[in-house]
Amino acid sequence: MNQQKGRDYRELVKQRSPKSKTVLMCFKAFLVGGLICSIGQVVQFIGTSALNLSEEDVAAFTAIVMVFLGATLTGIGIYDKIGSFAGAGSVVPITGFANSIVAPAMEHKPEGYVMGVGAKLFSLAGPVLVYGISSSILVGLLALIFP
Amino acid sequence: MAQTKRQGERTVFFETPPRVISSASIVGDMEGKGPLAAAYDLILEDDTWGESSWEKAECKMFVTAVKLALSKLGWSTDSLQCLLGGDLLNQIVVANYAARELGIPFLGLYSACSTMAESLLIGSMLIDGCFVERAACAASSHFSTAERQYRYPLEMGTTNPPTAQRTVTGVGAVILSNEQAASGYGSEIFTKIHITCGTMGKVVDMGITDASNMGAAMAPAACNTIKTHLADTHRAADYYDAIVTGDLGRFGSEMLIELCLDEGIKISKNHIDCGNLVFGPNQDVDCGGSGCGCSAVVLSSHLLKLLETETWSKILFMATGALMSPQASLQGETIPGIAHAVVLERDN
Repeated sequence: MNQQKGRDYRELVKQRSPKSKTVLMCFKAFLVGGLICSIGQVVQFIGTSALNLSEEDVAAFTAIVMVFLGATLTGIGIYDKIGSFAGAGSVVPITGFANSIVAPAMEHKPEGYVMGVGAKLFSLAGPVLVYGISSSILVGLLALIFP
Repeated sequence: MAQTKRQGERTVFFETPPRVISSASIVGDMEGKGPLAAAYDLILEDDTWGESSWEKAECKMFVTAVKLALSKLGWSTDSLQCLLGGDLLNQIVVANYAARELGIPFLGLYSACSTMAESLLIGSMLIDGCFVERAACAASSHFSTAERQYRYPLEMGTTNPPTAQRTVTGVGAVILSNEQAASGYGSEIFTKIHITCGTMGKVVDMGITDASNMGAAMAPAACNTIKTHLADTHRAADYYDAIVTGDLGRFGSEMLIELCLDEGIKISKNHIDCGNLVFGPNQDVDCGGSGCGCSAVVLSSHLLKLLETETWSKILFMATGALMSPQASLQGETIPGIAHAVVLERDN
C-alpha cells in the first residue's frame, strides 16, 4: 500500500513539475555554442593566415586561445552568467572545459593550494579526462590492430 | 510519576508555555532586495562580510544574530543557559564555531532546513521542563557555502531546472524564556507570544531522487506532520490563522496542498510558505527560497511581528527539511524529508 502511494506520488510529481522550456533552451544553446565555435574559427583563421602555422599547430593554438578565454571569463565572473543563459551551449565547447577546471580552483582556494586548489582542480573535469583518455587509448589500440 | 505532557501520537503541550521575547535576523544582499527587506535587522551588502571565506562569514552572521537578539533586551550571552541551533554544512560547522565564540552551553542540531522548528521545539521542552530558564534558538544557511557543499562551484556555468530553489543567505535567532525570567530584565521586544505546543516530525520518504526538486521531496513529510498534529490536538486546519511551512517553494506548496486534500485536510486558504515569501517574483529564483535560514529569517522578522501586532493570533510554524546528502544520492538513495512543528500564540 505504501509502495503504491509512493509510486502514485512520484507520478503526480512528474506530471505536475514545471517543465524546462526545451525548445527555447536548445535555441539559446545553439546560438551561444555556435558563437563560441565561430570565435574559435576566427582564431584558427588568424593562426593559419596571419601566423602561418601548420595544420597541426593551428589546432593546438586554437585550443590554447579558447581555453585561455574560457578561464579568463570564469575568473572575472562572467562565464557562469553565460552558462546560466546558454546551458549546454557553453558547457560543450572547450571553453566549458576550462570553466569546469577554473571554477573549483577558485572555490577551494580558502582550503589552501595543496588540498584545496590542487585536490579539487579536477573534481568536475576529472571524469572527462579519465574517460576521454581511456577511450582515446582504446581507439588508438583498435587503429593499431586494424590498420 | 509525573503526568505525561504528550497528547496523541507525538504532540507535546507545554504546561507553562515558554515566551518568545526577542529575535534578530541577518540576511544577504539578494534577500535584502526581496519583499521582506524592511523587516530584517541587518542586510549585508557583501556575502563574505569582510571574511576570508563564506563559511567564516556565515559563522559571523550566526554570532551577530544571537548577540543582536540579546542586545535588544539589554542582555549579554551570560543571560542564556542554552543555545540550540544548526546549519546545513558538514559537522554543523557554522553553529559549532559560533558557539565557540558565544560561550553559551550548546546543543547542536541538524535536521536540514527544519532546524529552526526543531530548535524551538526542544528549547521549549527544556524551558517548560525547568531545565533552563532562557535559551536562544538559531538556524543559518548561506547560498555560497551550501552551493559548494551540495551542488557545483559558484563560477561553474550551468542552468537550473525550473523546480530548483535558491538557498537563502541568512540567520534567524529567537530568544525564549520562561515567564519569571522574562520579566524584570530590560525591555522585551515581544510581550505576548508563547509557544504552546509542538509536534515532532517523522522522516518520510516517497522516493523522490531529484535533488533539484526538494519541495516535492519534503511535501509528504509536511503533510504527515500536519495530519498528525491536527489529529493529536483535535483541531481543524482553520483553527490557525496561518499554517506556515519552511521552504517547500512554489511547487512543493502545490504538492502539499494536494496531499493534504487527499487526507481530507483543506489548507489552501491559510497556508503560506517562507520560501515563497523571501524572494520576489522578479528575482529569478525558480521555485523560491530554501535552506535553514529561509524559515529562520522569515520567522524572526516577518512572522513574529505579524503575531505581536495582532494581525494573527495563532500560527502553526512548521519548518521542512530535505535530509539529502550528495554521497547518498550518488549511491542511488532517495531523499527523505522531515517536518517539525510548533504552535505560536498571542495572548488575548
